[in-house]
Amino acid sequence: MKKERNKEVKVKGVSYAKWGYLFLIPFFTVYIIFSLIPLISTFYNSFFENYRSGLKQIGPNFIGLENYKSILNADLLQYISNTFIMWLMGFIPQIVIALLLAVWFSDLRLRLRATGLFKTIIYMPNLIMAAAFSMLFFSLFSDSGPINNILMNMGILKEPFRFFTSVWATRGLIAGMNYLMWFGNTTIVLMAAILGIDGCLLEAAAIDGASPWKVFTKVTIPSIRPILIFVVITSMLGGIQMFDIPQILTNGDGTPNRQSMTLIMFLNNHLFSKNYGMAGALSVILFIISSILSVLVFSSMTRDMSKKKGGR
Amino acid sequence: MQKKLLVLMLIGAMLVSSLTGCSSKDSKGTTETDVSVTEPAKSEDTAATEAPATDSEVTQGKVFNIYCWNEEFKSRYTDYFEKAGKLPEGITVNFIVTPSENNAYQNALDQALLNQESAATDDKVDMFLIEADYALKYVDSDFALDVKGDVGLTDADLADQYQYTKDIVTDSNGIQKGTTWQATPGLFVYRRSIAKDVLGTDDPDQVQAALSDWTKFDAVATQASAKGYKMLSGYDDAYRTFSNNVSAPWVDGTKIVIDDNFMRWIDQTKLYTDKGYNNKTILWAPEWSADQGPSGKVFGFFYSTWGINFTLLGNSLATPEAEGGKAEVGNGIFGDYAVCQGPESYYWGGTWICAAAGTDNLPLIKDIMQTLTCDPATMKQITEDTQDYTNNQTAMGELANSDFQSAFLGGQNHIKLFAEAAPKIDMSNISPYDQGLNESLQSAMHDYFDGTVTKEAALENFYKSAIEKYPELTK
Repeated sequence: MKKERNKEVKVKGVSYAKWGYLFLIPFFTVYIIFSLIPLISTFYNSFFENYRSGLKQIGPNFIGLENYKSILNADLLQYISNTFIMWLMGFIPQIVIALLLAVWFSDLRLRLRATGLFKTIIYMPNLIMAAAFSMLFFSLFSDSGPINNILMNMGILKEPFRFFTSVWATRGLIAGMNYLMWFGNTTIVLMAAILGIDGCLLEAAAIDGASPWKVFTKVTIPSIRPILIFVVITSMLGGIQMFDIPQILTNGDGTPNRQSMTLIMFLNNHLFSKNYGMAGALSVILFIISSILSVLVFSSMTRDMSKKKGGR
Repeated sequence: MQKKLLVLMLIGAMLVSSLTGCSSKDSKGTTETDVSVTEPAKSEDTAATEAPATDSEVTQGKVFNIYCWNEEFKSRYTDYFEKAGKLPEGITVNFIVTPSENNAYQNALDQALLNQESAATDDKVDMFLIEADYALKYVDSDFALDVKGDVGLTDADLADQYQYTKDIVTDSNGIQKGTTWQATPGLFVYRRSIAKDVLGTDDPDQVQAALSDWTKFDAVATQASAKGYKMLSGYDDAYRTFSNNVSAPWVDGTKIVIDDNFMRWIDQTKLYTDKGYNNKTILWAPEWSADQGPSGKVFGFFYSTWGINFTLLGNSLATPEAEGGKAEVGNGIFGDYAVCQGPESYYWGGTWICAAAGTDNLPLIKDIMQTLTCDPATMKQITEDTQDYTNNQTAMGELANSDFQSAFLGGQNHIKLFAEAAPKIDMSNISPYDQGLNESLQSAMHDYFDGTVTKEAALENFYKSAIEKYPELTK
């Protein structure tokens, strides 16, 4: 028996493919149980009226697209734009500073000292729980908080500036916190990408007389493009899911005037009444938005790559 | 091309998993369980006096679970029930404490009650505590038992309780489903020194005469402002005096009705804010607490029973008790406060005890309710020990007419004022939506007071938030 099988294998040659499938099984099992089934049930739930009024359960009653209608009538665009504005306000400085730091840290000619220390320090804010970080900012910037005290003692302000009553100050604080928490992480990812570039390319460019700026735009950026795509997409998905920082900072109200209410905070509001129908519909809309955006980002950033391939 | 497809698929998978990951949030974050086991009866004589209780013990469950959100009831229970030796031998009492922030307590309690039928006997909720703002949610359900029909309290037991404390926990069929040991009438607490400066007197009767209705109150606010004081600390201070005196419940059928009294609160607070009569603080914020301390320049605060002797007293000290300060004259502004009834009667806070359907400890529940909420001797003792105002008209009447004095209030007998205020409270217009709608209205209106939005936009935001919370309601 054994010999026969060995023979067979020898005849067919060693097939590694089946091992590949075997190793993929754990991922797919976990994925199906914890992601795919919940995803499908989210779609399913979104067609039902299903919430709790006090302790009374209402539904589930099938109501078709009613949930989607009421979501679309409920300022959804406002919350989408809040979310994107706050994400962009945090992401733009984040990617710029992270790229700059990554290039500096990985540039051997600068001979920077103690880069390990700085890498640790810039990563630090990410270790704090977002909720705690948000609480900290809330106390720092409150009407009688240290920031107002300092500004008043320095004579810059006559009376306290009430940060949380101004739309742009609140959004700025939220974006600022997101930036502080994530630029270190992005720096480390980008640095890994830059260190992965073949040194010959950079040296060749330098020998050919390219300025550092040219090297950066013509060599570094194109070489780290896949990682850049990864950074943009993960950060965008993180941005769409922005929740804990604005939730804690504005006590769940998205104040002032619901201008700092993010999509997930809006979703969370529906969970007060365990409204799985509306929350489901909103999740489906979020899913569609995220998919479209991811495909857009991905295709726009890989356009050049595929053109080159097509030309070959 | 194949590679690209694979990458796309992986991104898709990542996206899907990251999005679904956020939808299943666990609400019961912090639940701590305190277990206190009763010691076996120490002497024969306690065992003898407890003879009737030991009879019922046979039919009772061995584990008694109480759901609550802080330690207050636990200390009342321990000091006046357990230490009095009234707990039958062999029963273990568990306090399941979930803080009420972000609705966490109600979420935990709802989950437990909904699982009540399938839970093991020892895991069932036996007793739970509720607050007035959401009392009807539980009272109107089948999860709370009738305190007369099921638990076995009699009309005579409950006769001495204040009517409003019974109204709040009475369901739409007129059945009372909870009972409380405290009544929480509210008063206006003012600073004696500021009153002297503004009105020329700090005598409670004369200050009351100057503040007896809202027109007079506004006039005093103008005077106080001219002398550099603020009448109130912030936006929400006066809210309850208005919201407790509405002419109809929040919801008519399924339609949200904003009572004229709420509009009066909005207009008054906007006026106070624009004219600088308040300090723009928000309830419980550090700025609000600071306004009650030695550096505060605020004329007064609306506070109820517990607020005066606990919150306000703590805030008034220059050296907190935790840092070794003593609650006595000379530490901060201890002794500089006094109370008067203010423009309208209202109440604030209070905790009600409910018996959970499915409990196997009815005799014990009856004992606890009877001792803590119906027994005049115990209740008078609670007030004398803790200065908490208890829900017993006879006992409180005795204290009101005695020489009871509060050093914190400059020697005033505030129990007397509470005893006059409590019967005037009318809570017939509560609805199950009170908590959610009150919170939404306050927070939506802050934007208007801050000048960020117009009144119409703020009201619009209120409706949005209200309908998110209660999908069955309409504008």
